[in-house]
Amino acid sequence: MNYSSQSVAKLYFIAAIGLFVGQILFGLILGTQYVIGDFLFPAIPFNVARMVHSNLLIVWLLFGFMGSAYFLVPEEAERELYSPLLAKILFWVFLVAGALTIVGYLSVPYATLTKITGDDLLPTMGREFLEQPTITKIGIVIVALGFLFNIGMTILKGRKTSISLVLLTGLVGLAVFFLFSFYNPENLVLDKYFWWWVVHLWVEGVWELILGAILAFILIKLTGVDREVIDKWLYVIIAMSLITGLIGTGHHFYWIGTPEYWQIWGSVFSALEPIPFFMMAVFAFNMVNKRRREHPNEVATLWALGTSIMSFLGAGVWGFLHTLAPVNYYTHGTQITAAHGHMAFYGAYVMIVLSMISYAMPLLRGKAICNGRKSQTLEKWAFWLMTISMVFITLFLTGAGILQVWLQRIAETPMSFMETQDQIAIFYWLRLISGLFFLVGLVVYIKSFFVKNDEFVPT
Amino acid sequence: MSRFTQNSSRNLFYGGSLFFFFVLIGLTFDTMGGLSKRDHRENITPQVAHGKRIWEANNCVGCHTIMGEGAYFAPELGNVYARRGPDFIKGWIQSQPTGVKGRRQMPQFHLTEEELDAIVAFLKWTGEINNAKWPPNVEG
Repeated sequence: MNYSSQSVAKLYFIAAIGLFVGQILFGLILGTQYVIGDFLFPAIPFNVARMVHSNLLIVWLLFGFMGSAYFLVPEEAERELYSPLLAKILFWVFLVAGALTIVGYLSVPYATLTKITGDDLLPTMGREFLEQPTITKIGIVIVALGFLFNIGMTILKGRKTSISLVLLTGLVGLAVFFLFSFYNPENLVLDKYFWWWVVHLWVEGVWELILGAILAFILIKLTGVDREVIDKWLYVIIAMSLITGLIGTGHHFYWIGTPEYWQIWGSVFSALEPIPFFMMAVFAFNMVNKRRREHPNEVATLWALGTSIMSFLGAGVWGFLHTLAPVNYYTHGTQITAAHGHMAFYGAYVMIVLSMISYAMPLLRGKAICNGRKSQTLEKWAFWLMTISMVFITLFLTGAGILQVWLQRIAETPMSFMETQDQIAIFYWLRLISGLFFLVGLVVYIKSFFVKNDEFVPT
Repeated sequence: MSRFTQNSSRNLFYGGSLFFFFVLIGLTFDTMGGLSKRDHRENITPQVAHGKRIWEANNCVGCHTIMGEGAYFAPELGNVYARRGPDFIKGWIQSQPTGVKGRRQMPQFHLTEEELDAIVAFLKWTGEINNAKWPPNVEG
């Protein structure tokens, strides 16, 4: 760690991992409710557990992104953070606001929550992933503005690198597109159209800039390859992300009442969306092959390579599987979508945050350069356990989805939704078991932070 | 690759992104212009709008899909008006939870008669949006 103010990142990373654990526990509740329908009912109905699961994911990834920025930007700008104090204050504001929101979800019926938080004044709640009370959304905007100010000032007053500028562009985009969450018209078609300006333009747009910037930073550190080479790759990759992804938004506009030309625009451009992910995989492996140093943090390299492969599979391949309009006509809103969502989020965003944590955390904890051998071995086990479990979760959900599409939408005498669900229960059981293995992986991951007497010894 | 400098790659990013962002804006304007023919917004009565609020206030999308978007735990409701009709929808919501052991449970939302009618009006309006004949059949 070269600048003492980078240490604020540690808070963010610890919070991220803590919320990650919560996310997985609620994921297991959901997985159980898929096979034992009344599990924990009425204490935690499915919709409540799902809000907690998906909102915790978003919040802990945001903690991860912010922590990454606080670690990365001073090093790139070659100066201390503009205001470490502001970073600490915003951390607590965000954590408390997030915790209160989750407590709200769990302690009162959702309708009560909308009432006591005054949703009628400015209705924004009750839409998928944007379930947060309006007041929480305002809090998110305030935290984002303070964070951008802090990061922006640091960059402005220091060295400006491609990596920090791309990261900043991604983070500004994240804040700007979130503003669409405040637009909730009475017309459901309009509502859905601009809802995607938050959701799609985040995960298939500006978040890819954040992903690219963090990956480029880690690869420079781990491989020692020239910045010029890395920068060129970074720009071409994110160029392809936005060139394909912006109009790729159209793959969400097939069946929500929007004009039918979106079936062509959406199909063509989103069929190209795997390209940047493929390039990212080629990039990561190329840089590691051309490395100019043997960095002893092997597990960070593993995460970085892993994220490039898994994001290509999850976002690229599994996205492409159902993105063409004639296919999507049958697969839209089935377990195929869930399969894609799980592997894409894990591969692209969970793994990049864990890559950054893997690289940065040893430095933040005052180790010379990386964790010792025992700790790295444990973390590698965690990598494989979680990643392979996620592959199986995705495969089982895909199996469930294919069968669901067939029984409910293609067969000569289509079954009802619930009859179909009964038929595909075996896949849900297998998914749940895979989820338990994922939890084991997560426990091993956390254990890897607490290995005693394990300093790295250079050979 | 040697002539493809860092500057060209940066320009590709800024130029390409900006260009396609404007394409997205252009398509959005065109979509907004023609949308009223498909979304039959003239039929969004205060009752339909109220129905959407009830839909949101009870987080229906946390279990169900509507036009394919939402959670995949419970049936598609964009076409439920055509599948089940108004009386069934109201009766179903009122009779929850079923309490059948091991089966998926829907909470009791304590909706008034007026709120039930509003939710039905909202679902009826939704079912009449021209959304390219999705879903493939009435089962959703």
